[in-house]
Amino acid sequence: MWKWLHPYAKAQTSYELAGKLIPWFTIVCCISFAVGLVWGLAFAPADYQQGDSFRIIYIHVPAAILSMGAYTSMAVAAFIGLVWQIRLSDMAVAAMAPVGAVFTFIALFTGAAWGKPMWGAWWVWDARLTSELILLFLYLGVIALYNAFSDKVLAGRAAGILTLVGVINIPIIHYSVEWWNTLHQGASITKFDKPSIALSMLWPLLIMLLAFATFFGALMLMRFRNEILQRESHRPWVKALVMGGK
Amino acid sequence: MEFVSWADFFAMGGYGFYVWLSFGATFISMLGIVIDTRMKRARLFKQVRNNIERNKRMQAARSMENTL
Repeated sequence: MWKWLHPYAKAQTSYELAGKLIPWFTIVCCISFAVGLVWGLAFAPADYQQGDSFRIIYIHVPAAILSMGAYTSMAVAAFIGLVWQIRLSDMAVAAMAPVGAVFTFIALFTGAAWGKPMWGAWWVWDARLTSELILLFLYLGVIALYNAFSDKVLAGRAAGILTLVGVINIPIIHYSVEWWNTLHQGASITKFDKPSIALSMLWPLLIMLLAFATFFGALMLMRFRNEILQRESHRPWVKALVMGGK
Repeated sequence: MEFVSWADFFAMGGYGFYVWLSFGATFISMLGIVIDTRMKRARLFKQVRNNIERNKRMQAARSMENTL
């Protein structure tokens, strides 16, 4: 039953599969980025309270959602890597962490640039902002821990454990706006209710979400391939690949 | 279209600085990680190539010693 999955535990097969997928992610990413940016920046109506400053939502929200989504998928990979000791899973963790860290940084930075004109402060120590900052530190911790060991099996295990411990932060971030009094507004789309945002503003947001998701996919696969190359650099197939000039 | 002119578009209803600061920082961060990823790949390829060349030279040197 699981036979079809088995070949992908082999590094070379995964490397080739990733190579086939990257162009598709890149194409979808480029198109949705172009459409989402033009639609969000120029065609979506201005907010009746926030004016044109609300347009920051088109990068802030996708980056924030993906920063948590990336961490969750990283945790799934870490779990698989720890339980079934699949080393490709550890490589996936190492591949996802830097991309997630960049998304977290974007979410924090755009949040600050949005908070300044709307709240009057670049930064406030409230639950949502603080927990998202902790997420950034978790990402940096995972990256640092993974790079701290030259034995990559050990590195994968250590980074995986830290990743799983940090998962507790994800529901805290999500529910922080409900559990504590905060300046940050509640969820607009990630809830089991009707989205509390007008359709003319929601469409470009969903397209930007797709753009960020496919960006994550493409970058994660590229970095995953790098990890495989690094670890398999003495294998004949890598040598053949490099000398083939591909 | 929500804006009447390019100047109007760049002004973003008075919030131009914050909006373009956000989009600019996002663009630079994303471009940064793309460049980092591609450079890492190029570096890995070079490393493997250097290793192969080095092994070849070592083998050549060894066979020279045998003949002398």
